[in-house]
Amino acid sequence: MDSLSMPILRDINLTIKKNEFISIVGPSGSGKSTLMHLIGLLDTPTSGRIFLDNENISQLSEERMAKLRNQKIGFVFQTFNLIPRTSALANVELPLIYAGVPDEQRKERALKMLQAMGLGERVNHFPNQLSGGEQQRVAIARALINNPSLILADEPTGNLDSKTGAQIMEILKKLKKDGNTVVLVTHDLEVAKIADRIIKIYDGKII
Amino acid sequence: MEKLFETLKLAAKTLKANKLRSSLTMLGVIIGVTSVILLVSIGSGLKSYITGQLEDLGSNLLMVMPGEMEMGSESSGSMPGAGMAAPKFTMNHQKELQAKGVNIKRVMAYTENNATLAYAGKKHITQVAGVTYEYPDIRNQKAVLGTFFNVSQQESAKKVVVLGATVAEKLFGSENPVGKKITLSESKFTVLGVLEKKGALGGNDMDNQAFIPVPTALDTFEMDYVLAFWVQAKSKEQVEPAKEEVKKILLRTLKDDEFSVIDTKGLLSMVSQILGTLTVALAGIAGISLLVGGIGIMNIMLVSVMERTKEIGLRKAIGATPKIIMTQFLIESIVLSVGGGLIGIILGFSGSVLINQFFPAIVTVWSILLAFLVSVIIGVVFGVMPAARAARLNPIQALRYE
Repeated sequence: MDSLSMPILRDINLTIKKNEFISIVGPSGSGKSTLMHLIGLLDTPTSGRIFLDNENISQLSEERMAKLRNQKIGFVFQTFNLIPRTSALANVELPLIYAGVPDEQRKERALKMLQAMGLGERVNHFPNQLSGGEQQRVAIARALINNPSLILADEPTGNLDSKTGAQIMEILKKLKKDGNTVVLVTHDLEVAKIADRIIKIYDGKII
Repeated sequence: MEKLFETLKLAAKTLKANKLRSSLTMLGVIIGVTSVILLVSIGSGLKSYITGQLEDLGSNLLMVMPGEMEMGSESSGSMPGAGMAAPKFTMNHQKELQAKGVNIKRVMAYTENNATLAYAGKKHITQVAGVTYEYPDIRNQKAVLGTFFNVSQQESAKKVVVLGATVAEKLFGSENPVGKKITLSESKFTVLGVLEKKGALGGNDMDNQAFIPVPTALDTFEMDYVLAFWVQAKSKEQVEPAKEEVKKILLRTLKDDEFSVIDTKGLLSMVSQILGTLTVALAGIAGISLLVGGIGIMNIMLVSVMERTKEIGLRKAIGATPKIIMTQFLIESIVLSVGGGLIGIILGFSGSVLINQFFPAIVTVWSILLAFLVSVIIGVVFGVMPAARAARLNPIQALRYE
């Protein structure tokens, strides 16, 4: 990252419980993305400690971080980030390939997950053959496939119209109901209200 | 192992998705490998052909050439001075060698000049060799029509000529040339016979020669000296003593640096040394195109890493370690280079087989193995940099890349 001497986040003290649905809200530049990257093991803090399932994850090797991301974190992005020219099924299978799950089992699990997302008919479509809502549902299926401890959704409705956005929100709510832990990052307070708890962040501090 | 197989499948898929780009990238390696194999095949073919021709001359043959010739095996394979110096050999030398050499079976003087041959309005410029009556025996080449000239025709410097098959065809077509008069360098010559075909080496037609007695050649071309002697030793074992004898006899009238005596063994090793160097040089030049092909692969891989920055970021986010990303891109470049290498081997092999119909070409196993090995190395060497760049990408920045 940019080597700014100014800290992006300060005095953050945050605990997310199992099966909690929280949202992190703040304007752009507030530090909410950095907070999400730290929680999601994409970045390491300059100081302070972060625990995930009681493991200190603040100073790990890149290999270990990649492994933990694979097993414990499910990312959902604003821009979906599906791999182009690759079927929905193969996209969902991807985390399982990195987890070393054998071929047969992978296909079966990915197919089940896509069916659960209501995409049973679209498994062999390429991302550019799917609507925005469908692409985001594929991305959610991919995030869930490895039974992660934490689902991190970064502005998941940002690229969708309000109707499709609402559908995605319903899915997130259902995920929580099914026992998942969900962290929703957004700049939109209206969207954030869907969560059980709202963390407001401004200028690098929780307020 | 499972993961490696998955990465291999993934690489194949990615390359297939960009068919045109992949095949153009491979083309560089294909051309490189094909030309390495082709050039090495031609070099080896040429070498074995010429070596074969020299062995045909017989192992008990010595050649006496003008000038000083180094035969050191450690030399670079050049022939300093050979053929450059003006010959000072006369027919007296020949007679002396013939008479005094205990180990010498026979001595043939040799000259060569280019001349115009004409018959009934048809003209043909060719090489005219001045030889002695023993030539057919020494070269093991018989007259198919008429006869070769005999010793008395030679001694009296008769204007007689024996034609190579190509020359006869050019001047006479289907007509029988024996007994006909032709014009050779403004004198009239009688055709005695036509030699059997010996075949062509590449574009160099060995049958495109005419043969006249050496004394006649000296008269016709107004020369005082003959170009070289071919000395036949009485047996294989007598080659070395014969060589010493020739030196001793010639040194009475000639200086040490005015002549060289070469045996076929020395000639063989010299020729194979020269052609070996030539083959390696040709392969080296072709190797440069392989290098260019490798740079092409690196270029495309760098573009590919750039284009897929976002994809790399995502793969990292969902659990790909730097090692996995590295392997993925490395395998892509290896598949490109090895694929190109295999196609190049097939093309080079079939090309060599095809060329061998017209020109000696032998596919050597070492050139195929070398070409394959080099293409693997190229894939790794030129793939490492782009792959390492991909592996080092910061996932957050990569995900934001547009």
